[in-house]
Amino acid sequence: MSNIPADLRYATSHEWVRPEGDGIFTVGITEHAQDLLGDMVFVDLPDVGDDVAAGDDAAVAESVKAASDVYAPITGEVIAVNEDLEDAPELVNSDPYGDGWMFKVKAEDISEVEGLLDAEGYAQNIEDE
Amino acid sequence: MTNKTVLHPKHIEAGAKMVDFFGWEMPINYGSQIEEHHAVRRDAGMFDVSHMTIVDVVGDDAKAYLQYLLANDVDKLQDKGKALYSGMLNEAGGVVDDLIVYFFEPTNYRLVVNSATKEKDLNWLNKQAAGFTVAITERDEFAMIAVQGPNAKAKAASLFSEAQQEAVAGMKPFYGVQAEDLFIATTGYTGEAGYEIMVPNTRAAEFWDALLQAGVAPCGLGARDTLRLEAGMNLYGQDMDETISPLAANMGWTISWEPKDRDFVGRGALEQIQAEGSEKLVGLVMTEKGVLRHGQNVKVEGGTGVITSGTFSPTLGHSIAMARVSNTVTDYAEVEMRKKWVTVKVVKPSFVRNGKSVL
Repeated sequence: MSNIPADLRYATSHEWVRPEGDGIFTVGITEHAQDLLGDMVFVDLPDVGDDVAAGDDAAVAESVKAASDVYAPITGEVIAVNEDLEDAPELVNSDPYGDGWMFKVKAEDISEVEGLLDAEGYAQNIEDE
Repeated sequence: MTNKTVLHPKHIEAGAKMVDFFGWEMPINYGSQIEEHHAVRRDAGMFDVSHMTIVDVVGDDAKAYLQYLLANDVDKLQDKGKALYSGMLNEAGGVVDDLIVYFFEPTNYRLVVNSATKEKDLNWLNKQAAGFTVAITERDEFAMIAVQGPNAKAKAASLFSEAQQEAVAGMKPFYGVQAEDLFIATTGYTGEAGYEIMVPNTRAAEFWDALLQAGVAPCGLGARDTLRLEAGMNLYGQDMDETISPLAANMGWTISWEPKDRDFVGRGALEQIQAEGSEKLVGLVMTEKGVLRHGQNVKVEGGTGVITSGTFSPTLGHSIAMARVSNTVTDYAEVEMRKKWVTVKVVKPSFVRNGKSVL
């Protein structure tokens, strides 16, 4: 069974969201998603300052197997990206919920996060796939 | 119905991620495909290739039959144990399969053909055998393990008996020898030194465990694909198939045109294709971010083409591909990637040999 931390929120497209306070949310892809993609070889991140809308393709995770869009789970401004992924994309595989984070968004409306899945809902979502 | 090799329990035991590979449940990786790739380039890795089909061709007409069946000429094989790579063509000059043939005597040969095409191949072998005195026998009592990498031979040899070590001592690339219960060949699909070893099913699991003990890393189909692509080796069904001639698949060197009076299946069609001019298979190199993928469209000087195999090269740290393109191709090509056209370099389809870049 895939690791799905209880303190995060999830999109059906396999991104996770972690609240950092001040309306800032960190975004990455789930353990299940990295497992499906296999070894990561490039991660194409958005630029700091980009405005993203929920559902927009914000990043590309390219693995040995496939290139996969990473969607912004919430609307807001990109205020940081994980530059370590430039040289070490494998962090997405080894630590998808930690050092493998992708970008941080300053949410336009923090209540939007409430509309995302909780851990239980995401686990169900994987099962239904 | 899913087929399983005799080593299937060993893959599960090692935590492999299993996938369906043309009806066979095979390991795609045991954790990290890239680490497995590096194990083969830097040390020693092993692959379960028991799903491949071993076929013995024995009889008075064995040589004449293979000279008719294959585009390459088994008459080149004069040393006992010597192997030859060849395409087996249809009447239209398309590739039915690619295979390795080992020579023991003019009345005794062994073929290793692809698993994905097993039924088709066996039917084809039997159909073409009409009129020849040969017996065609599948040898499914053997498992096959490929041990590959700079330290592969030494690590594998630690399992060999004295007689087996003697049998392989000084054996050149592309030979095979039956030594006691093992058939040991200096062949492979990675561009590294090593062995492909046929071992009786009953001993396969024990042999696999002993290789693990000797420090050989288990590697899956994922690494096998990136390794063979770096080495510029074709994958049947992707880089060529029944509709593609060897001339369009970088297999021109495997066609023996001489002697002119040797009639082989597909010869007439092949001569016509050659006279008319054929597409060709080239290598592509992209050093920017991104990965070239199978099926992407290609534009070259004076024509178009398609990527047949593309991947990220773990050894080189960037993407490489093979593409079948118009023979008017020059040093550069454009590839359509995620709706953008990207310029890439055109090279010979060979990228890495013995751990080193050949670009």
